[in-house]
Amino acid sequence: MIAYFVAIGIVSLIYALLALGLNLQFGLTRLVNFGIVAFFAIGAYTSALLALAGVPLLISFICATLLAGFAALPIGLLSLRLREDYLAIATLGFSEAVRITIQQEEWLTKGVQGLPGIPKVFASLGTSQADNALFVLLLALTALVAWGTVRLTRSPLGRLLRAIGDDEPALMALGKNPTKFKVQIFMLGAGLAGLAGAFYAHFITFISPEQFLPLVTFYVWMGLIMGGSGTVRGALGGAVLLMIFLEGSRFIKDWIPGVSEVQMASVRLAAVGLALILVTLYRPNGLFSGNSKT
Amino acid sequence: MKNPTSTCASEHLLAVEKVSCVYGGFKAVDSVSFELQPRELLGIAGTNGAGKSTLFAAIAGQQRASAGKIIFDGTDLTALEPYQRARLGLVRTFQIPREFKSLTVHENLLAGAPNKEGEQLFAALVNTQARQQRERELSEKADSVLEFLNLAKVRNVPALNLSGGQKKLVELGRVLMLEPRCILLDEPFAGVNPVLIDQLSEHIVTLNQQGIAFILIEHHLQALKRLAKRLIVMDRGSILAQGDPQSVLDNAQVQVAYMGGVA
Repeated sequence: MIAYFVAIGIVSLIYALLALGLNLQFGLTRLVNFGIVAFFAIGAYTSALLALAGVPLLISFICATLLAGFAALPIGLLSLRLREDYLAIATLGFSEAVRITIQQEEWLTKGVQGLPGIPKVFASLGTSQADNALFVLLLALTALVAWGTVRLTRSPLGRLLRAIGDDEPALMALGKNPTKFKVQIFMLGAGLAGLAGAFYAHFITFISPEQFLPLVTFYVWMGLIMGGSGTVRGALGGAVLLMIFLEGSRFIKDWIPGVSEVQMASVRLAAVGLALILVTLYRPNGLFSGNSKT
Repeated sequence: MKNPTSTCASEHLLAVEKVSCVYGGFKAVDSVSFELQPRELLGIAGTNGAGKSTLFAAIAGQQRASAGKIIFDGTDLTALEPYQRARLGLVRTFQIPREFKSLTVHENLLAGAPNKEGEQLFAALVNTQARQQRERELSEKADSVLEFLNLAKVRNVPALNLSGGQKKLVELGRVLMLEPRCILLDEPFAGVNPVLIDQLSEHIVTLNQQGIAFILIEHHLQALKRLAKRLIVMDRGSILAQGDPQSVLDNAQVQVAYMGGVA
């Protein structure tokens, strides 16, 4: 049972990293990134392929973060000049392009068969202890990223990013060039998603294109919106809450007779959707943001 | 960046030369030319749809001019982005106030201030001495601007919660943080109560005396007459009349076009 909770904790923290990245992009700067899963996948595949080729894990993780971050540069430069709805469409399209590329480039990624045998982090400690150590490492890393986000939010750069989110043309009329800052934050959030992807690959130890569907992106969005975008505690709380919903609803199956495993998956999604509707209706600023509009 | 041109005499701070702005087939601004001297306070009036705000957008860069040239202190601005124009000292406020809603009044002023040291990603994570020093200086400067504009009491109030008139003052404060040489004010008195209009007028006069040139778009003709040394009246995208405010307002064509013939 403890191993199960540790596993849930690890996945929650991976989602927390994704939510913190999205919080920088959307919560602070109002960049609508519907392609989070693309950077997550780039990170996962980069680290997995490098590790399988014998590259030390630390270097694999660093490469995964950097590659995901730099993958955001061209799409950022191309689309950040566009209105936010176009950015949403461009990033969504990019995420599907990445997934289909992974699926088609079998020589590198083994396509739909996926990549098995990805080495675990702390593998020498044995499976159980390795997961415990990974949980502690992820916890420390998430805390570090959260601390960095709070510092950034309170800095002059954070103030500028919030001003970009509020009214970009007004900021341009004050002599600031928002594009540079938007690209930086887009890349930073993408890098975090890449790092989260690397942790995911080395925890699950098997990755395939079907794990990187747009649904992952929308899970992160749901978590951030339910928790409260724009705040670190909203991003962290939202990620944990999402995991409680997704995993907790597995147990409901035992109390609902006649519902199959497949049907239960749909019920689970419906429950998350209902929760999202209720939160946006009654707590539009999120459950953990501290102040509600209602 | 400097691109001296033969057409810009050095005594002009701003020269607008045959500027046109076309939307589809509609000419919102039609070959408008005028000059602004340093320290001048120029008023622009005209009916709704006369092209005043489009002209402002063309000067400040939000709208690209379809034809013509805009020269500011010897630099051709025509191809420059709005932020590049603002960095040269040419700034604007908007007809409908565009405050940064998620920031306080004090933060609104700081957001507009040049702060290269503090706005680096590294400096955001590591609180460097240079960043702290710059932030202190800017904070003090923002406080003195707030004091000047009588906004000190709402320093820490979210800008979203201010009245329309206060938001206009915040916009003025924000552009003052850039130490501009020319401010374009788009209907600063619209929707503002008479007490605040007097207060705002005083601020404009004081700043003008300190050396800042102004162009004011305004429908409030009495206030405009009091403030402006020169007045331009626009009609259907073109300049109908210009000169000293009283003679322009007495002009028969202006009275017909702008006031329906009623003096």
